[in-house]
Amino acid sequence: MIYREAGDFKTTYRDDSQTFPIRFDRRAYYALVAVAFLVLPFVMNDYWASAVFVPFLIYSIAAIGLNILTGYCGQVSLGTGGFMAVGAYAAYKLMTAFPELNIFFVVLLSGGVTAGVGVLFGLPSLRIKGFYLAVATLAAQFFLVWLFNKVPWFYNYSASGQINAPERTIFGIIVTGPSTPAWSKYLFCLTILFILSWVARNLTRGEVGRTWMAIRDMDIAAEIIGVNPLKAKLTAFAVSSFFVGVAGALFFAVYLGAVEVTEAFGIQKSFLVLFMIIIGGLGSMFGSFAGAAFLVLLPVFLKNALVGGLGWPTDLAAHLELMIVGALIIVFLIAEPHGIAALWRTAKEKLRLWPFPH
Amino acid sequence: MLDETEEGHVTEDGRQIGGVLMEMRNITLRFGGVVAIKDISFDIRKGEIRAIIGPNGAGKSSMLNVISGFYHPQEGEIWFKGARRKPMKPYQVARQGIARTFQNIALFEGMSVIDNIMTGRLTHMRSGLFSQALWWGPAEREELENREVVERIIDFLEIQHIRKTPVARLPYGLKKRVELARALAAEPELLLLDEPMAGMNVEEKEDMSRFILDVNDEFGTTIALIEHDMGVVMDLSDRVVVMDYGRKIGDGPPEEIRNNQDVIDAYLGVAHD
Ligand SMILES: Nc1ncnc2c1ncn2[C@@H]1O[C@H](COP(=O)(O)OP(=O)(O)OP(=O)(O)O)[C@@H](O)[C@H]1O
Ligand SMILES: [Mg+2]
Repeated sequence: MIYREAGDFKTTYRDDSQTFPIRFDRRAYYALVAVAFLVLPFVMNDYWASAVFVPFLIYSIAAIGLNILTGYCGQVSLGTGGFMAVGAYAAYKLMTAFPELNIFFVVLLSGGVTAGVGVLFGLPSLRIKGFYLAVATLAAQFFLVWLFNKVPWFYNYSASGQINAPERTIFGIIVTGPSTPAWSKYLFCLTILFILSWVARNLTRGEVGRTWMAIRDMDIAAEIIGVNPLKAKLTAFAVSSFFVGVAGALFFAVYLGAVEVTEAFGIQKSFLVLFMIIIGGLGSMFGSFAGAAFLVLLPVFLKNALVGGLGWPTDLAAHLELMIVGALIIVFLIAEPHGIAALWRTAKEKLRLWPFPH
Repeated sequence: MLDETEEGHVTEDGRQIGGVLMEMRNITLRFGGVVAIKDISFDIRKGEIRAIIGPNGAGKSSMLNVISGFYHPQEGEIWFKGARRKPMKPYQVARQGIARTFQNIALFEGMSVIDNIMTGRLTHMRSGLFSQALWWGPAEREELENREVVERIIDFLEIQHIRKTPVARLPYGLKKRVELARALAAEPELLLLDEPMAGMNVEEKEDMSRFILDVNDEFGTTIALIEHDMGVVMDLSDRVVVMDYGRKIGDGPPEEIRNNQDVIDAYLGVAHD
């Protein structure tokens, strides 16, 4: 009887368009945010930060970005890795060219640069759809990785071809570079995720979001209500790439510190983020988080349970992970295209009416 | 009887019919060898309900598609509000105040009823990407103002109970009504309805007829509609255009059309479902 919608009547349209219309959900959300900001940074150790929390935060940003493009606007992209690389290299160039520039703005500007590149590669989406667009974005993926490997200007002519993040601070706290403490990586990424998910939520619940979904569901009908399809698709590419670019910048500057492009931002990254939104739920904010959490936690869980607990060899656990992910993708694509988010919604609907099912 | 002055006239039931709102002049539309519309001219007056009828394949939907910018005629001119219209994309036509529904329902299946209808407000919403990203202030105010307009339409069409339902779960008749709601949300000057009652039972048809008359009467919206049910056409419309094989074979008030020999022949001579 704790989880109730009944009696929680909405008297204004404002209340009705809240992010969490049900009071219980709203309280749970506030509690979660409070724990994430005020408790976790002080109790987590390095292992949990680098194996679970920091990658979860960064992948959540990337998944929200891809979900905007694919889940909300219906444009499939296999170029996520490439766009993350754009964000990473933009951050590197900005950090080295403008050492005075605050890292917070470096990250946002890197997102901005990626948004521009995303729009450029989004241009063909007016003419080509579905499978062919996916192939075009795949071409973008390979082209971008090739570009960052091939043109020494991007890695400042370093002998290794790698890029390394110099040390930067915010309010005197180190957030990038080799001597960054785990909690500050976590807190920096959390802050950015917090802001960006709020932005994404605002965009998807308002007019732009409906425009994207209109294009996704039926582009002819979208045009008849006044949607300019090119503009709608390009804003989706821009906003999506901004998120993905920010994720790439954080992945490089905060999480890894040093990056080799093929390894960090190859095609497997594109698939990883795509799998996150398929498993989590296409067209759902919650799904982006759920998918990122699931695919970050799964290998950690298998490693601890199977390798650590049961003494399985590492490669066997890795194979099992691939098989589980593959099977889940197929199951979700066939049985529940809206992913974990839809399962969660159904469970809540049941809970809401419990114990009287009618 | 209709008087042909520019200033318009008042109908028997007291509605004001104004001057010409839209005029099609000598429209010809071809698809390869198929001539879908052949040299057709007609006008739509402000405030009237104009019906387009004709057997299957006569070119009625093609005519609406020409008006809403999906098809571009090879010959002819389109005049809207006294000015010749340049070739336009459908979204530009929408912004001129022309809304429509489709013969095969074209709703956004992945969205709720309320969101579908809210999309109809698009042409009235101005706030940019950045203010929407922030939400607070102008974007939220605009959203709430438009939500109020949409709620009035929901009340008007009596679909309060399905407000939050995903469109994909609705039965056919309600989907038709939601599609009308989305078109009405645009507060159009000219509303195009392509077979709004197709596939409905008698009761649903009566409801829909009532809504169409109310829209025209209460909001003064000009309506052009395609319909196969002759009874409905005779009841609703002020004037009727009859098409057959892409040609216009009749144009006038319903009672005149009913007695037109060409029209009777076309309907008797052509297999009709
Ligand atoms: N996009 C198109 N490409 C080719 N031919 C078309 C196209 N659209 C319509 N036609 C042809 O134009 C003619 C008129 O079709 P239209 O759909 O306008 O008829 P209609 O009067 O609406 O018929 P119905 O009552 O069956 O809806 C038909 O012969 C049709 O095959
Ligand atoms: Mg038709």
